[in-house]
Amino acid sequence: MLKTLKNTFAEIKRYPSAIVGIIIIFLMILLAVYAVIAYPYTKAITLWRGGEDVWYMNPKYAPPAWTNWFKTEKEPVSFHVDSADGTLKKVVTNISADSNSYTFTYSFNFQADSDPQDLMLYFDNTYTAKQPFVNVSLVTPDGTNISVYQGGASAQQNVRFTQQQKLISRFASKNRTVMQGLFSDPKQTAIVSKKGIYQLIITGTTFEKDSDINVQFVFFGTVYGIAGTDMNRRDLMIPILWGTPIALAFGLVGSLCTLLLTMIIAAIGSWYGGWVDSLIQRITEVNLVLPFLPILIMVGTFFSRSIWVILGAAILLSIFTGQIKSYRAIFLQIRESGYIEAAKAYGASDFRIIFKYLIPRMIPLLIPGLVSSVPSFVFLEASLAVLGLGDPVLPTWGKTIDDAFVHGALYKGYYYWMVEPALLLMITGLGFAMLGFALDRVFNPKLREM
Amino acid sequence: MADKPLLQVEDLCLYFRTTHGNVRAVDHVNFSLDYNKAVVVVGESGCGKSSLTKAILRLLPRNVDTYTGKVYLEGKDVMTYSEEDFRLKVRWVGMSMVPQAAMNSLNPVIKVGEQVAEPALIHMGVTKKEAVDLVRKMFQHVGVPEVFIDRYPFELSGGMRQRVAIAMALVTSPNLIILDEPTSALDVLTQANIFNVLKRIKKELGTSFILITHDIATSSELADEVAVMYAGQMVELNDAFAFFKEPLHPYSKKLMASVPRLRTEKEPEFIIGQPPSLVDLPAGCRFKDRCPFAFDRCKQDPPVIVKEGRSVRCWLYA
Repeated sequence: MLKTLKNTFAEIKRYPSAIVGIIIIFLMILLAVYAVIAYPYTKAITLWRGGEDVWYMNPKYAPPAWTNWFKTEKEPVSFHVDSADGTLKKVVTNISADSNSYTFTYSFNFQADSDPQDLMLYFDNTYTAKQPFVNVSLVTPDGTNISVYQGGASAQQNVRFTQQQKLISRFASKNRTVMQGLFSDPKQTAIVSKKGIYQLIITGTTFEKDSDINVQFVFFGTVYGIAGTDMNRRDLMIPILWGTPIALAFGLVGSLCTLLLTMIIAAIGSWYGGWVDSLIQRITEVNLVLPFLPILIMVGTFFSRSIWVILGAAILLSIFTGQIKSYRAIFLQIRESGYIEAAKAYGASDFRIIFKYLIPRMIPLLIPGLVSSVPSFVFLEASLAVLGLGDPVLPTWGKTIDDAFVHGALYKGYYYWMVEPALLLMITGLGFAMLGFALDRVFNPKLREM
Repeated sequence: MADKPLLQVEDLCLYFRTTHGNVRAVDHVNFSLDYNKAVVVVGESGCGKSSLTKAILRLLPRNVDTYTGKVYLEGKDVMTYSEEDFRLKVRWVGMSMVPQAAMNSLNPVIKVGEQVAEPALIHMGVTKKEAVDLVRKMFQHVGVPEVFIDRYPFELSGGMRQRVAIAMALVTSPNLIILDEPTSALDVLTQANIFNVLKRIKKELGTSFILITHDIATSSELADEVAVMYAGQMVELNDAFAFFKEPLHPYSKKLMASVPRLRTEKEPEFIIGQPPSLVDLPAGCRFKDRCPFAFDRCKQDPPVIVKEGRSVRCWLYA
């Protein structure tokens, strides 16, 4: 067995396309494993289904950060820091028994050519009666200290920089918006961004014994992360990562079940012949005329849109297809061979003949077909999602394409949104197809080129 | 047991349905075979020899029209068995078979050791390990080196594959083995070898054989009795010694005359004409158109004449 595997592998190595295919599939598997480990199912679903409360710190419709590499005008990258997890430095000094003084400082290097969307502070304060007092200011690279907010901070106080009256009136005289005012060079009449180190300074005072101040600073740039964000500020990393295991599972389960069942049914039909065979053939012929996609759409519309229900329906509809006829043709040929008659003569049961004699002869023909039919199931899932029949719960590539389509991503220029899942779909298809074609050559000697 | 023969075939008929009409491949065949005896069935191609073995082992194709008669194996009427009973109680238990073109009767994707073990696993309820021991023993019987257990059929020569097929027939130690042309397509040395193996098995294990062959000369090595088939009928059943000395039926005489001889000037003869079509059989004796002794009475169907333990289907002996 091991020797056979080794030989097969040595044979496969002769086809560079197979190596590329194997590498692609291997990387997809790694990605899938990483996705499942990094975002366990419940966490992924919570994140994906979550709204503003989960994703408030992300910008909307932000392309991935790496798009800056291809732009001459760099866009500001989104980020957020939090004093609760230590990314925002917090210094507490004790003033009196009931009073503490807080200082939060954060320096960031601003190198973009355009303005961010907004800057935002989310306070998370604890007090019983007396609100803490905070003072927020931003120091620009040329040393100007611009006061942003001064006043009491409630438990869930938000400070949106663009809505600070102080800032609006300060920059309105120069005909600039708040962001332009903060991030462009005040000495030039044209609006040119001022690059350099900006420092956010927040000082606060609490007036109660158990009072505390925590703050989260969100810099809403116009590009975000590795995958960008969608209309609900969700990080597209989640559907991109989670789409991998779902696509692989859907594809593998779909093609494996379909092919195995097809083969077993074809074997049974051609072995017993008679009415069994006729019945299978008639079912196949009827099924061949039934429209595949409309039936799935009906199942999705009237029954369930769960990905597994759809997969089951797709498998059932895919069993009785032309494949059953071609398998039957080969089985009819094998059935007449000497060793089958010998097996019958020495009293092998029908079950034994079908599963030990007929089907093993078919396995070599099955493997390439199996590999190359995986992409068709992966694409099926995506097609159904684009048709609006995607699983409403799961984050998948198809669902992402659907979202992008519905929100006019291509029309509005959010190409990343559509291209990322589409590219992954194509790569998956390519990987399996490349391996499948090579396996076909390995296992089907008639195709072997000398 | 002794009063009942090992195998008794009575009025066995096997007709196939074709577009041209019914093919009467086996037409009212009667014979019996004792323990530890070998009967050689000879005859031209297409005279129903292989169909006879198929009828006895009930390995029927799909286009069977008529399948009647009685087959007693060790006194039991196996024709009344259901398909499942037949499979479990007769095939390879009571009698086994080395199929025609035994080289193709080995599954190309299973190792030969495993293949030979299959009947034992199916019928004897042994474990895989016991089966392998059994296979080793059988390989010794037929003279196949033990290392071949782990080889695939394509790695074996024709003669070795033939021996493996015989080992497969032996593995459940049945009393009767049907060999359908076991030595066709083998060279003379290998043929002689195989026949030595068969002779030894017969002597050591007391097995009976039904041997289907074209090769009258080689089969004389093993035969206790000779049966001659012509156009679906058994035209002669004779003691081997008597048969080779003096065949009775004109067809048998012609058949024997067609065997080339050493040390005589006599040219091998051939029989003019073709055997009749099994679809459209002539009335009366089926051999009469080619028979040099044909006379008026041959227009009627000849009876089976039993004389001194020899049976012959010819008016000459009436």
